[in-house]
Amino acid sequence: MKAFTQHQGLVAPLDRANVDTDQIIPKQFLKSIKRTGFGPNLFDEWRYLDEGQPDQDNSQRPINTDFVLNQPRYQGASVLLAQENFGCGSSREHAPWALEEYGFRTIIAPSFADIFYNNSFKNGLLPIELTADEVNELFAQAEAVEGYQLTVDLAAQTVTRPDGVQYSFEVDAFRKHCLLNGLDDIGLTLQDAELIREFEVGYKKANPWLFGAL
Amino acid sequence: MAGKTLYDKLWEMHEVKRRDDGSSLIYIDRHILHEVTSPQAFEGLRLAGRKPWRIDANIATPDHNVPTTKKERDGGIAAIADNVSRIQVQTLDDNCDEYGILQFKMNDVRQGIVHVIGPEQGATLPGMTVVCGDSHTSTHGAFAALAHGIGTSEVEHVLATQCLVAKKMKNMQVRVEGKVPAGVTAKDIVLAIIGKIGTAGGNGHALEFAGSAIRELSMEGRMTLCNMSIEAGARVGMVAVDQKTIDYVEGRPYAPKGADWDAAVAAWQDLVSDADAHFDTIVEMRAEDIIPQVSWGTSPEMVLPVDANVPDPEKESDPTKRDSITRALKYMGLTANQAITDIKVDRVFIGSCTNSRIEDLRAAAAVAKGRKVASNVIQALVVPGSGLVKKQAEEEGLDKIFLEAGFEWREPGCSMCLAMNPDKLGSGEHCASTSNRNFEGRQGNGGRTHLVSPAMAAAAAVKGHFVDVRELMNEGA
Repeated sequence: MKAFTQHQGLVAPLDRANVDTDQIIPKQFLKSIKRTGFGPNLFDEWRYLDEGQPDQDNSQRPINTDFVLNQPRYQGASVLLAQENFGCGSSREHAPWALEEYGFRTIIAPSFADIFYNNSFKNGLLPIELTADEVNELFAQAEAVEGYQLTVDLAAQTVTRPDGVQYSFEVDAFRKHCLLNGLDDIGLTLQDAELIREFEVGYKKANPWLFGAL
Repeated sequence: MAGKTLYDKLWEMHEVKRRDDGSSLIYIDRHILHEVTSPQAFEGLRLAGRKPWRIDANIATPDHNVPTTKKERDGGIAAIADNVSRIQVQTLDDNCDEYGILQFKMNDVRQGIVHVIGPEQGATLPGMTVVCGDSHTSTHGAFAALAHGIGTSEVEHVLATQCLVAKKMKNMQVRVEGKVPAGVTAKDIVLAIIGKIGTAGGNGHALEFAGSAIRELSMEGRMTLCNMSIEAGARVGMVAVDQKTIDYVEGRPYAPKGADWDAAVAAWQDLVSDADAHFDTIVEMRAEDIIPQVSWGTSPEMVLPVDANVPDPEKESDPTKRDSITRALKYMGLTANQAITDIKVDRVFIGSCTNSRIEDLRAAAAVAKGRKVASNVIQALVVPGSGLVKKQAEEEGLDKIFLEAGFEWREPGCSMCLAMNPDKLGSGEHCASTSNRNFEGRQGNGGRTHLVSPAMAAAAAVKGHFVDVRELMNEGA
């Protein structure tokens, strides 16, 4: 996993609440058995005017010029500004894969759906919760100022505006540690393999019907 | 000290280690796999040179993109017309064969939707932790299991370590007291709950459904309820154990037997929240107030009683909500204040992990019996949740009722719930659907989904528009 320490980047404002993972990456692209190749189909139904199919040459498709990510001023954006309950719905990890591959490193919103929030950390994508008022201030600034950039510092847990105003955000210590160091959490868990084995022995004794039935 | 909630108990039973940073290692009893979210996990395992920790904790079946027409199914995997779907189903086969994981293959009679077959086979048991790379894993919470959806990285994590890294959530209780009116189902109850608390209402919470109206529900009704807790934002939904739970599990193929059964039943008695347990959030509703529900918009919280009119954005003061309503009305092709019963339907879908079990099919068949699908309805699909549900329905003659009424009777799978297979809506088409998500494009690019109960879907099919199913029940067949 790619580590995340500090990041400064162009902000794209996606002013919709309850953006679901079907919107982030539609189902027809989930048939892939790979982890890559989803970036060109991020927000497919909003970005393009036709119906996208897997293995298509996306450069030939008609673009929805109204959609925020298609506007020239937001090209190269790496900070996504979103509204409440971002990433609700399906558990598909293809959603953070698509966002990351498109070029986003962080998403700032008043709230995230639980599974999406969790999946993002596994893929070097930092979801940041700020208050609704703070997010709305950022929306106003990002829309008003072309080339608007924010700086995110995970170690310090801060988001800094171009005018120097700083917001702080909360993040779990474990997730922060993994993301700062780009750690594989399977490897970390396996450091406790002995403990898991011990637990299993006692647990099996107490609940024998949970073992070997399949 | 306050007592424990069901969630507190399940959490403590499975906590292997509490780390200094506040996260915990949680032991996983049952891991269910399907073709869409597992291939990258197996690949990751291979690349890291790791092996599955405990093969007998895993069970698999293909469901999301299997075709549902008999013709395409009869040819086996090789006959799946969609090239990418075929590779994905084949990859699940290959992975399960390689590691010796129990799989109900595409044309096994036990194949079906992951959240139907787990309980059906007794592979889901009370007190278990159950995970699957699918958000509707909350379904299994109907058995007082701690069950939730996970992403593909976590699928790999569970395969490799039999554990998940998790942080304890808050406790939420939704209490529905009283008796629902006749014709009102678990689906209507859960849609009404989502309408009340919103699609983010349960974020960060494990949700326990309680109250006399919940206890009154059958196990299948409770599965419908827990299935959609994720649509209220709660990745975990649960119902406490009672005699119905135990009766449902007894005798299932993978349920414990003999002395194990007796010991298990004794242990399961404790899978209830203590009377003095503390919940961080409590929501109370009266069952008598719930009537059949129909979603009108593009989020499950955009749902109303069938006798209501769709909202008017002009009457909404919050600008974000007003924008959402305006956008949803436009996408759905509806006008403000339009009566729900004036919405015509183009297609009908009865199926999905929410509503494809035998009681669902019986409820729909009871409405379809002796009636015909309306002429404006292009297609009405009935897709059983598993091969065994299909077989049971055929033994009861439900297939004939549906076919005579003009419905199509299909092979089991997820089908039009998410339209990964060929079953999908055309752009602009309205669908009365027993599934769980009415997101933009969910059932097909440009498709317009209205979430309803199986009986309400059948009623919409025969009338050609939404109608209170209780009117049909009163007029008789």
